[in-house]
Amino acid sequence: MKHLPAYYTFWHILGHYGLRWFAFAVLLFLMLPILVIVPLSFNAEPYFSFTPGMVSFDLDAYSLRWYADVFSDERWMLAVKNSFIVGIAAAVIATILGTVAAVGLSNPAMPFKRLITAFLLSPMIVPLIIVAAGMFFFYTRFNLVGTYFGLIIAHASLGVPFVIITVTATLAGFDRSLYYAGLSMGARPLKVYWDIVIPLIRPGVISGALFAFVTSFDEVVLVLFLAGPEQRTIPRQMFSGLREQISPSILAVATMLILISMSMLVTLEMLRRRSERMRSGAY
Amino acid sequence: MPLDRSDVFLRFDNVKKSYDQKTLVVKDFSLDVAEGEFLTLLGPSGSGKSTVLMMLAGFESVTSGDISISGKSITRTAPYKRNIGMVFQNYALFPHMTIAENLAYPLQVRKMTRSDIQDRVGEYLNLVELHGFRGRYPGQLSGGQRQRVALARALIFEPSLILMDEPLGALDKKLREQMQYEITRLHEKLGFTVVYVTHDQTEALSMSTRIAVFNDGVVQQCAPPAELYEKPSNAFVADFIGENNFVNGHVDTIADGMAKITLPEGGTITAVAAHGLAANTRCRISVRPEKLYMQDDRGAHDNQVSVRHVTHYYVGDFIRYYFKLQGGGDINIKFLNDSAAPDLKEGDIASLVWFAKDCIAFPA
Repeated sequence: MKHLPAYYTFWHILGHYGLRWFAFAVLLFLMLPILVIVPLSFNAEPYFSFTPGMVSFDLDAYSLRWYADVFSDERWMLAVKNSFIVGIAAAVIATILGTVAAVGLSNPAMPFKRLITAFLLSPMIVPLIIVAAGMFFFYTRFNLVGTYFGLIIAHASLGVPFVIITVTATLAGFDRSLYYAGLSMGARPLKVYWDIVIPLIRPGVISGALFAFVTSFDEVVLVLFLAGPEQRTIPRQMFSGLREQISPSILAVATMLILISMSMLVTLEMLRRRSERMRSGAY
Repeated sequence: MPLDRSDVFLRFDNVKKSYDQKTLVVKDFSLDVAEGEFLTLLGPSGSGKSTVLMMLAGFESVTSGDISISGKSITRTAPYKRNIGMVFQNYALFPHMTIAENLAYPLQVRKMTRSDIQDRVGEYLNLVELHGFRGRYPGQLSGGQRQRVALARALIFEPSLILMDEPLGALDKKLREQMQYEITRLHEKLGFTVVYVTHDQTEALSMSTRIAVFNDGVVQQCAPPAELYEKPSNAFVADFIGENNFVNGHVDTIADGMAKITLPEGGTITAVAAHGLAANTRCRISVRPEKLYMQDDRGAHDNQVSVRHVTHYYVGDFIRYYFKLQGGGDINIKFLNDSAAPDLKEGDIASLVWFAKDCIAFPA
């Protein structure tokens, strides 16, 4: 424990600890709704609230039946499969497009940089419901409503801004003389990008890809508008689960989603550290 | 020093560069470079020297004029087809590749066979004395070692022309001197042509066969180091290269390239007349601190002025004395730190003497 500075008066000390408690309260406010879900998903009864048995830590009041339910329900299994198919495909497309865009925008000779950046990032700002409605009417003309392809490119368009942001951030620290050095050694621009630039901005590309995947994985509005029963994803299944048959299996799914999200956060943090090490070690 | 046409290896022909179509960063640059020369572009930052190098490498376009190598224009050649090696100020080593991989890269691009690459990489690692480092990453090397890798990587594909952009700027003084020696050694051994950019004049003077001094996008003078130092063609070069004292005066007569000059306090001196100096005009006289002596230590001399001592600084190998001229103006001299170094107090009057050939009068 660090000692407080000797010049602190009573009010300083009060402020010091007051700030700590306030910060802790904010953290709790943010975390509690999520944390509550986890124990409830182990409820033995079909309720969304704590039973007296759970409160008194009676082991019989807990069970894995909702997890078992999820894994035996083929609608849930289809939703899981769909979520991964759409999420991965959308992330791949978004990563390629976003990386290429970020590399182009990082070129000093690129004109109208700000305008183009604002335009490319707009899917993050425009309300989803408007995007969804617009896409729905557009898709009906091309018979894309209710197809995997339609949903994948819709989700990819949501993911592109995230990739642009993360890749642009890594490119900002990129030393342009490395690119010049590659050219001076006789490598064509595309080869230099492939051999030198891409490996060095890889952490940004990967974290952008993760963001794009999570965006698709969480998304429900576009799915409601554009997906047919065949393309139901996890959030869509949860949505109908809430309306049709309220059962704690939703809580079990939610708990597993929290786990997936957390492991992705950990991956991101590890990537960030790796890239920082690489940079500080480089020069 | 115009070269015979057949000797010209690299030629700049009225090269101009403008970024905004209005102001010229490089104004009408023409220069011929012979094969094997070590040419340094020297100048303050923003003088256009780096822009010339960037145009030569192909990273910047030429606004007008032409650059040619061995008689062939390269103005419209892509940078990756120019076959010019380049050493960057921050080394620009690829941080995700080992030293051996860094050196192998230009050879892989040229589709050399694996065993040839192996041999060549080994050879050049030996050349820069880094044989034990082939598996290390650039981040694991010291500044001087990285610089040697950068040098080897620029040389390994055997380009006939090497560009260096302030390559020693990031090193400390000792290491810088060591690397100067290293570069000069490799230049003499391998015989490539160098175009070297720096703002450090000691570096330029000790390494180059010729130096082009840049200011305001214009070459002020292009000459071998000794000529540049001894016979600067204008006041900018005299001031920029080495140290110089500048004293105002009035030109009385000019005869045989020597000018008779009256100083503000009334004394007359003789100086070499610079190009463009006319009789009956004001002038600036330059004389280097190490060419001035106090009266009693030299018998023969051409010029003499009486000065008042202001202060002196102990530098180590020499002592620098500051004086005021009676007619106004400052003058300083360097005195070797030996037992003869005089002990002056503030306000003491001394007499400074020097030879006419050691001072130049420029048009004011």
